[in-house]
Amino acid sequence: MLIEVDGVSHTYGDGPLARTVLRDVSVRMTEHRIGVIGANGSGKSTFARLLNGLVLPTAGTVRVDGHDTRTDGRAVRRRVGFCFTDPDAQIVMPTVREDVAFGLRRRGLAKHEVAARVGAALAAYDLAGHADHPAHLLSGGQKQLLALASVLVTEPALLVMDEPTTLLDLRNARRVARVVADLPMPVVLLTHHLDLLADFDRVLVFEAGRIVHDGPPAEAVATYRDLMTRDQP
Amino acid sequence: MGLFHPGTSLVHRVPAGVKLAALCAAGIGSVFAATPVGVSAYLAAAVLVLVVARVPGRALVRQLRPVLVFVVVLAVFHALVSGPGRAYVVVGMLLALVLLATALTMTTPTSALVDVVVRVAGPLRRVGVDPERLGLLLALGLRAIPVVLGLAGEVRDAQRARGLGASPRAFAVPLIVRSLRHADRVGEALAARGIDD
Ligand SMILES: Nc1ncnc2c1ncn2[C@@H]1O[C@H](COP(=O)(O)OP(=O)(O)OP(=O)(O)O)[C@@H](O)[C@H]1O
Ligand SMILES: [Mg+2]
Repeated sequence: MLIEVDGVSHTYGDGPLARTVLRDVSVRMTEHRIGVIGANGSGKSTFARLLNGLVLPTAGTVRVDGHDTRTDGRAVRRRVGFCFTDPDAQIVMPTVREDVAFGLRRRGLAKHEVAARVGAALAAYDLAGHADHPAHLLSGGQKQLLALASVLVTEPALLVMDEPTTLLDLRNARRVARVVADLPMPVVLLTHHLDLLADFDRVLVFEAGRIVHDGPPAEAVATYRDLMTRDQP
Repeated sequence: MGLFHPGTSLVHRVPAGVKLAALCAAGIGSVFAATPVGVSAYLAAAVLVLVVARVPGRALVRQLRPVLVFVVVLAVFHALVSGPGRAYVVVGMLLALVLLATALTMTTPTSALVDVVVRVAGPLRRVGVDPERLGLLLALGLRAIPVVLGLAGEVRDAQRARGLGASPRAFAVPLIVRSLRHADRVGEALAARGIDD
């Protein structure tokens, strides 16, 4: 998996309301576990959304395994799974099993293959006992695992997660983190939970739309803490 | 509208398309059965279906509570305006149809309903309607009910916590804002799952 972000700037809106949130960001990513940290509003979510074409850069290019998100969005979205903060917004179908199956609807798979894949995903993420329960009755942690299962059942080559543990309590956050640690595909994880990044290969620190630090987790977290305790300019 | 309750009853095992067709037929038939006897037959049939489906009573009451309030108000209104006989026919028929619709959604997985809609809407493809999209709309609608009810509860609690009384506007505005924000996020999540491709 190769992610190439090349000279990317991004501005939301135009005219007097224009707001530039990423400024000339360039980074090449091949690592298995990549963390992204930074203050509120520093541009992390915008950066993450660039990686699957949910946001197209105002300038520069983003390529995933050679596919440009601007010209080849469909191919990119097939490769890149995305997990959001709020599980309620990601769950589409009323019951657990149906939601996991939903992602496979248009893949042209035979019924028994869908059932097999869904069953395997439910078992893998500890949801088999809730297969036919209404999704809204699950706990927050279970909902997030369901959202994750629904994305992973389509077997993405890369998973991008925007603060998947922010709404969860410590126990559920750990559960989700354990699942993420065992995933076979590369993961880009945005988070304010710095302890989740301890085993990561590489951590990017964002500040005011730029990558201000790029390195192993201990260093990056130290830089970030330092940045956050400095007086506001 | 009810949410699916898994089970193995006869009603659960009837194919979704047949159930949906039967509900439509019952809806059309209700126009011709608007007599006290007809309404009694409809109500009896609805109760019979629910009993055969072994729908848990408590779940049924919980799902119907909002509708029941409306039914009672309507019944009182009709009884005062056009007499108890007419009230029984109008409100009884409405109640019977609501019960039948609830029996359908409680005994049929949403994905099966979605499949029926997609199949029935298949011919519409020729006039530019995407049947998969109609099915998705149905699923999203059903899924949105508990979410919006949850948001409404949160808004109410937030108001109580601030000591605000029951002001419809102070309730509606944050609820609408939250619902729209939720819809926005759902749209984004759908796009990320490649639904638009
Ligand atoms: N759709 C949008 N339209 C306009 N402005 C936006 C939009 N999305 C984000 N922004 C703005 O862009 C800036 C960067 O937002 P972004 O969500 O990328 O930050 P973030 O680092 O993820 O922050 P947080 O830690 O709060 O999630 C913020 O000031 C935000 O208000
Ligand atoms: Mg963010």
